[in-house]
Amino acid sequence: MSELRELYQEVILDHNKNPRNFKKLELHSHHANGHNPLCGDKLELFLDVVEGIIKDISFVGSGCAISTSSASLMTQFLKGKSIVETRHYFEDFHDLVTGKELDEEALEGLGKLAVFAGVQEFPARVKCASLSWHTLINALDSVDEPAATE
Amino acid sequence: MFDINKVRSDFPILGTAVYGKPLVYVDNAASTQKPQQVIDSITDLYSNHYANIHRGVHHLSQKSTALYEGARETVKNFINASKVEEIVFVRGTTEGVNLVASSYLEPLLEPGDEILISEMEHHSNIIPWQLTAERTGALLKIIPLLENGELDLSALPDLLSPKVKLVAVTHMSNSLGTINDVSLIIGQAHGLGIPVLIDGAQSIAHMPIDVQKLDCDFFVFSGHKIYGPTGIGALYAKENHLLNMKPYQGGGDMILNVSFEKTEFNDIPYKFEAGTPNIEGTIGMAAALDYVSELGIEAIDKYEQELLAYASKRFSEIEGLQIIGTAPNKGCIISFVLEGIHPHDVGTIMDMEGVAVRTGHHCTQPVMDYYNISATTRVSLSFYNTINEIDEITRAIAKVKELMG
Repeated sequence: MSELRELYQEVILDHNKNPRNFKKLELHSHHANGHNPLCGDKLELFLDVVEGIIKDISFVGSGCAISTSSASLMTQFLKGKSIVETRHYFEDFHDLVTGKELDEEALEGLGKLAVFAGVQEFPARVKCASLSWHTLINALDSVDEPAATE
Repeated sequence: MFDINKVRSDFPILGTAVYGKPLVYVDNAASTQKPQQVIDSITDLYSNHYANIHRGVHHLSQKSTALYEGARETVKNFINASKVEEIVFVRGTTEGVNLVASSYLEPLLEPGDEILISEMEHHSNIIPWQLTAERTGALLKIIPLLENGELDLSALPDLLSPKVKLVAVTHMSNSLGTINDVSLIIGQAHGLGIPVLIDGAQSIAHMPIDVQKLDCDFFVFSGHKIYGPTGIGALYAKENHLLNMKPYQGGGDMILNVSFEKTEFNDIPYKFEAGTPNIEGTIGMAAALDYVSELGIEAIDKYEQELLAYASKRFSEIEGLQIIGTAPNKGCIISFVLEGIHPHDVGTIMDMEGVAVRTGHHCTQPVMDYYNISATTRVSLSFYNTINEIDEITRAIAKVKELMG
């Protein structure tokens, strides 16, 4: 059960039950749809970027606890961050959930997102945790097609 | 009486542990585990009899050929076909459906013709027809689902017309468990002279199959879903259909005479088996069919129905659990959703309890759309499962609720 507790930490369960920034942004500069065809998880991400800074960010959709809480925590974390930083965080987060070595500074930089380290023990669930992040990159790159998790 | 301990001891993997917990394997609709008899048949082939089949004049080739053709006889008897020539070995159900779509149906289709399938089909009994329809200008028509997971067969007379060139339906739904009244479908279709393909991927392991009694035109199944190896299956087709069908793939063994001007094709069923086939798979599948015959498919069916009834009762006692697919005539598959908990979370947590379930859309996205859900958790049982295991599964579901609640 310990790996399970590691995966389903309180903060993850809380964000699954009460996802933050769970709404559509009427005013947005970037937008993308994410879809994991394997499990049917779907999310829609909205960003309002002003002068290279994420002024506001939100999402709607349905998915498992890992994908919903990951999207929720991501939106909380990225509000106020620059696009340049955001792309670095994407790399660090990806390394975190796939079990690659992260230096202390990078791990600290991810703050609360470090709770997703437990996902690396569950390879089948990596895509759940990273769906919102792939969708984010697609939104920033303004790709119109739904993000895949491949 | 079914000797469950003896049966379980035939399957080495059932004695293994997952995360320190005894394995409870209930993903049988995806693939079944293999008894020692099947494993031994393949070892024996490679240790004692193996060579390429047909044409070889040497001793081993003749031994291998005898085993391979003996397997065809085993399949023929298992589904009670009238002739061995009506059994074509394929990679699995999917290839069987594709073969019929390409070699039988496509040459017959005119723009505006119709192919009738159902709303509960597995993607493998949808896409081959969709591709064929796209290439020919034919249309795909759908027998609709009812809320309880049965097909609305009252719609059938209106859907059947001389425009319909083939009906293709599943015998037993892999996501709902529903056993369809295929005799009624075949009877009505034949009334208008329309041939019928039955997808037997699920039914083959759970109920007696008699293709002559069913009077279906085509019946397809996979070896790995009836305790045999992967990569092998069989297509049954009535002889008169096979005689008129175009070859599926070109290559060795499917020809009689080849020159650069003209090729004379081999007799049925060899005409549809190009290249060196899956010899070990075929022989392994025959060993699996022999194993099931030995246990007796009626005895299997009876025991599995007891498991299904007990599991349905236990699961429906769980608060917040809804069973998807409650047809009165069901095989031993239970799909369910838990209120407020995503099936993927259910699957991961149950896995840590040693319980192997499947979560997702089960390759039946139209069924998920019908119920307006993205996925279910599916418990699919086999004759090697036990009442005690169903209690374990029930406990694992309680753990899921406790952790995610």
